[in-house]
Amino acid sequence: MVSFKKFLTAAALAVGVATSAQAADITGAGATFPYPIYAKWAEEYKKVSKVGLNYQSIGSSGGIRQIRAKTVTFGGTDAPLPGADLDKDGMVQFPTVLGGVVPIVNLEGFKPGEMRLTGPVLAEIFMGSISKWNDPKIAAINPSKKLPDQAITVVHRADGSGTTFIFTDYLNEVSKAWADKVGKGAAVKWPAASSVGGKGNEGVAANVARVKGSIGYVEFAYAKKNKIAHTTLENRNGIFVEPDDTTFAAAAANADWFSVPGMGISLVNQRGTKAWPITGATFVLMYKNPADKAASNEALKFFDWSFKNGKKMAEELDYVALPDSLTKAITEKVWPQIAR
Amino acid sequence: MNASASDSGLLDQKRLDVVKRQRFQDFLFHKITLSFSLLVLAALAGILISLIITAWPAFKKFGLEFIWRVEWDIINEEFGAAIAIFGTVVSSGIALLIAVPLSFGIALFLTETCPVWLRRPLGTAVELLAAVPSIIYGMFGLFIFAPLFAEYGQPAMQSTLGQMPLIGPLFGGAMNGIGIFAAGLILAFMILPFIAAVMRDVFEIVPPILRESAYGVGCTTWEVVRYVVLPYTQQGVIGGIMLGLGRALGETMAVTFVIGNSQRISSSLFAPGSSIASTLANEFGEADDFHLSTLFALGFLLFVITFVVLALAKILIIRTERAKGAKT
Repeated sequence: MVSFKKFLTAAALAVGVATSAQAADITGAGATFPYPIYAKWAEEYKKVSKVGLNYQSIGSSGGIRQIRAKTVTFGGTDAPLPGADLDKDGMVQFPTVLGGVVPIVNLEGFKPGEMRLTGPVLAEIFMGSISKWNDPKIAAINPSKKLPDQAITVVHRADGSGTTFIFTDYLNEVSKAWADKVGKGAAVKWPAASSVGGKGNEGVAANVARVKGSIGYVEFAYAKKNKIAHTTLENRNGIFVEPDDTTFAAAAANADWFSVPGMGISLVNQRGTKAWPITGATFVLMYKNPADKAASNEALKFFDWSFKNGKKMAEELDYVALPDSLTKAITEKVWPQIAR
Repeated sequence: MNASASDSGLLDQKRLDVVKRQRFQDFLFHKITLSFSLLVLAALAGILISLIITAWPAFKKFGLEFIWRVEWDIINEEFGAAIAIFGTVVSSGIALLIAVPLSFGIALFLTETCPVWLRRPLGTAVELLAAVPSIIYGMFGLFIFAPLFAEYGQPAMQSTLGQMPLIGPLFGGAMNGIGIFAAGLILAFMILPFIAAVMRDVFEIVPPILRESAYGVGCTTWEVVRYVVLPYTQQGVIGGIMLGLGRALGETMAVTFVIGNSQRISSSLFAPGSSIASTLANEFGEADDFHLSTLFALGFLLFVITFVVLALAKILIIRTERAKGAKT
């Protein structure tokens, strides 16, 4: 453990030294989920500020490890740290962007959005207690479609992932059996007997596209890009909704971000007639008393610029930018805690 | 007289100098190459020690039971290596079962019965197969081989091998195209060129006189191979197989693509599973402290398995050599 940490530190230091030679780039590491939008924001930001961003998408746990080792200015994570941990480490946490996770299916005769599922049924499928597509419980919510007598193959992430955290967080909310037997996390013990793991969102998408009768879950952008059939889901208000940026935004509309220390609220299964039930935010971790105040300041300037100018870019990449009221609250309530 | 004596003295001195210099060169050469070899040992020891240190929390918590525990629950921090060891050993075993007879056939054809004009292109093709990066095999396996295998290969096997007593259940279950058997097949293709190339090279070093004499007394090609070529090249053949097995045990990317990455042991070879290397590749990025330690413990076990396999191969070679010595 110790030697591995040392190695990481050394590697990160080497990177740090290399980058500090060219104008001071902002350094960050963590979740892969926001990487595309951070990269896009950074590209545009560099044009106006001449300051670049070096964000290594090594995964949420990796991001937390790196910020604790103080090798980066900010860490990225999809699974928010609890308030107690933040206090212990002297860090603040704030969300940067929202996105949605969608179930995808490969079943003959089903085009995108044609399969309707509810939270409890989805949980039972992933538990393995519903193992055939013509199960009466699936048939009951899809009365107009003919369902084949075909075995269900569950496709999940093989690597630890924030996407899995958001997805299992949702199953945890809607199914007591899931909460008791499996729980939520970046990687879980998948209970369904017929289950296959794919590496990364693209691995899950590839497996679902190739295994007939399979169901998986990916970030919305991947379902759209690969033209795989996503499902609609019944939300907490009992309405079946399509995944898109309006339903993702609706899920966050009623959220009370400051109800939890570190803003680490869960956005799954939110109330709202249009709310998509599997929505999540990605978070940034920074020190209250950073060792390098100038670097920390640069990072805040970057996020400030992105909050103000990055909405359209987020939309193009199928993310949802935070609403103005929230970004205002972050800049006024959270950032002042960071020594500048 | 005097002059010649001093001459020879000078000559001796010169000779002595040359010898001294050569001795010193030899000494230096010996020490330098020695230090190179010791570097390997040092690296090996370093890897082993750092593996043990980082894996220690896992071994301390689960003890030796870790090795045969069938459990991999990251959230509740309950870990066991049995699932990954099973996947590693079984997929490599399948690969050997398929690759060894095939490469034996290839090597035999290339050295014994192949027309001379075909020998070079075929040999080069086999060597080229060895140069294909493993990620390519993985992509080929997942995107092209797996769908075809699910559509045609698996139903055919299930309706034939799957109906047989005893081994039937091995080919039962859902047919996804990916799983331990698919991983074994892809591994077989990956290690085949290694084994075939080594076998061909060692078959070629059999002295022509031995071979010709055997043919001369009326042996068939098979008899020549069975009683002359194989006994003569036993050591090299086993070495080639072990080289392939070593590669199969540690192969990561190709296996991760097609093994299915499911943390369970099934009775069917068609079911998804996971190997030690695929588990490491999948979970390293997001592993926390204790989880990370169990991953290092898995790495350590892979090290041990590879070591045991190599040791067994050496013992096998020594024993057959001894048996041969006893016979003659």
